[in-house]
Amino acid sequence: MTEQTLVVAKPAAVRRARRDIFSKHRMSFVTWLYLYASLFLVAAVVLLPLLTTGLGGFKTLGDLRVNPFGLPAQWIWSNYLDILGSTRYWQMLANSLIIAVLTVVLTLAVAAMAAFTFAHVKFFGSGFLLNYFLIGLMFPVATAILPLFIRIRDLGLLDTYWGVVLPQVAFGLGMSIMLFRKFFQNVPHELFDAALVDGCGYIRYFWHITLPLSRPILATVGIVAFVNSWNSYLLPLILLNTEGKYPWPLGIMVYQGEYSTDWQLVLAFITLTILPTIIVFFAAQKHIVAGLTAGAVKG
Amino acid sequence: MIGARAQGRGGHNRIGGTLPVLILFLPPALLVFTLFVILPMGEAAWYSLYDWNGYGLPEKFIGLKNFELLFRNGAFRQALANNALIIVISLAIQLPLALWLATMVSHRIPGAVSFRLIFFMPYVLADVAAGLIWRFVYDGDYGLFAAIASFFSVASPYVLADKNLAIYAVLGVIVWKYFGFHMMLFIAGLQSIDKSYYEAAEMDGATRWQRFRNITLPLLAPTIRLSVFFSVIGSLQLFDMIMPLTGGGPSNSTQTMVTFLYSYGITRMKVGFGSAVGVVLFIICVTLAFGYKRIFMRND
Repeated sequence: MTEQTLVVAKPAAVRRARRDIFSKHRMSFVTWLYLYASLFLVAAVVLLPLLTTGLGGFKTLGDLRVNPFGLPAQWIWSNYLDILGSTRYWQMLANSLIIAVLTVVLTLAVAAMAAFTFAHVKFFGSGFLLNYFLIGLMFPVATAILPLFIRIRDLGLLDTYWGVVLPQVAFGLGMSIMLFRKFFQNVPHELFDAALVDGCGYIRYFWHITLPLSRPILATVGIVAFVNSWNSYLLPLILLNTEGKYPWPLGIMVYQGEYSTDWQLVLAFITLTILPTIIVFFAAQKHIVAGLTAGAVKG
Repeated sequence: MIGARAQGRGGHNRIGGTLPVLILFLPPALLVFTLFVILPMGEAAWYSLYDWNGYGLPEKFIGLKNFELLFRNGAFRQALANNALIIVISLAIQLPLALWLATMVSHRIPGAVSFRLIFFMPYVLADVAAGLIWRFVYDGDYGLFAAIASFFSVASPYVLADKNLAIYAVLGVIVWKYFGFHMMLFIAGLQSIDKSYYEAAEMDGATRWQRFRNITLPLLAPTIRLSVFFSVIGSLQLFDMIMPLTGGGPSNSTQTMVTFLYSYGITRMKVGFGSAVGVVLFIICVTLAFGYKRIFMRND
């Protein structure tokens, strides 16, 4: 018993150094092989479909049939270049971008303001109202999709960007308000009291102190809202009906319907539509992984 | 005295400042949320009692007839069974896989960060894109499955067209796309476990399995419960991925509740019947969320 306590009580640095030496020596070749063989196998299963898709876009249909895995027998650049030269591709991405940016801006503004009142203002019924918003966390948009369609139609917003944006913002509010509120509550209270004593009202405090301090949480909520909107399919599918307004997940399905047997074109099209996501993912991986998992964990 | 006056002034400001902030800051959120989340949900419950095509006002009240029709519908029962199967597979295959990989890449081994990113990547892709990619992989004429079959010179399987196999093909894509997300949750959980537990256990000569069983698993329990919760909620709303893969076919064998809602309620503009599906989905989600929170997440 005393011996153990003594060992544990050793300075942390010594312990860490010992552990590193131990773990370096302890990993036998068999363990090492098992570890990396497993990791490479899983990585191959993840990457193979993506690589075949990317390479498939460079092939001819005949080449694709006999050789779906390997490098193209002849690199057909025109598959990609024709799509990049079409307005259709850029239009789709522009639509997705417009809808996503509107969704993010509106979500941040509306949710941050509501969360601010929940975090700082004591008023009658605040607990009840907060729970009211949290109901939104419990069910997916699909449950109310038909009444939603009718509401958007009656508001005259069918087949407009706003018709998609508003429900997306609404269904993201519960989670966003919760994330914001937790963050705002952790801003030191002295700051708030000092500002109030100096005659700074709530609204100026929100604008000049809370928001500048909240960049990390604004980024988290913004990333979650952006990714959800960028990838969303069900809402635009039901609320938009002009092809010129389709975001890319809808556009890609239409394209697939038109060229269903020309897999090489479909594959090139898929590659080009997921390319922005992959580039942004690797460029900002730290923020995206943290945002998407933190959003989930704290929610 | 001065302190008291300052406090008084602060208090005055607080009261004077409360009303504008409440009037300006709360209503936008309340309005959007009520209009597009709460009211539609209430309306779904209301419409589900009518036979209505969405034009004019719902007048043909039919009571619970829609629900009766729904539960008699073979495709809907298949959808319920599929949703249950998806949940079971997520829990039985996806979570252990994610946990296993998390234990490997949460250490500082060379390449750990790259592996984490690769495993997480499918999660950021849209479900629709993932579905289309795998539609190609499974294609019996051009895809990888065709190539593998011809390599072994057997007849190439048309997995997505086979009503006994299609659902398993779909399940494969689900695991492919979502295991990385759960792995990231587990990594975060593993990293918050105090290393000294492991050191103490090592000193006592605990084996790798004993350490996993007696330290990792119990301390990871909150993360595991969270991960289970996300699997269940995610499985219930599966739609985007099914559409490009099978669209619910062949002969309704890959229908989920939401694809059923889409093909039987929305495309046919049967508002009452479709709303009934929504209500059933709502009841299942809310019951699971409340039940789960009560039973498992009380202490988290």
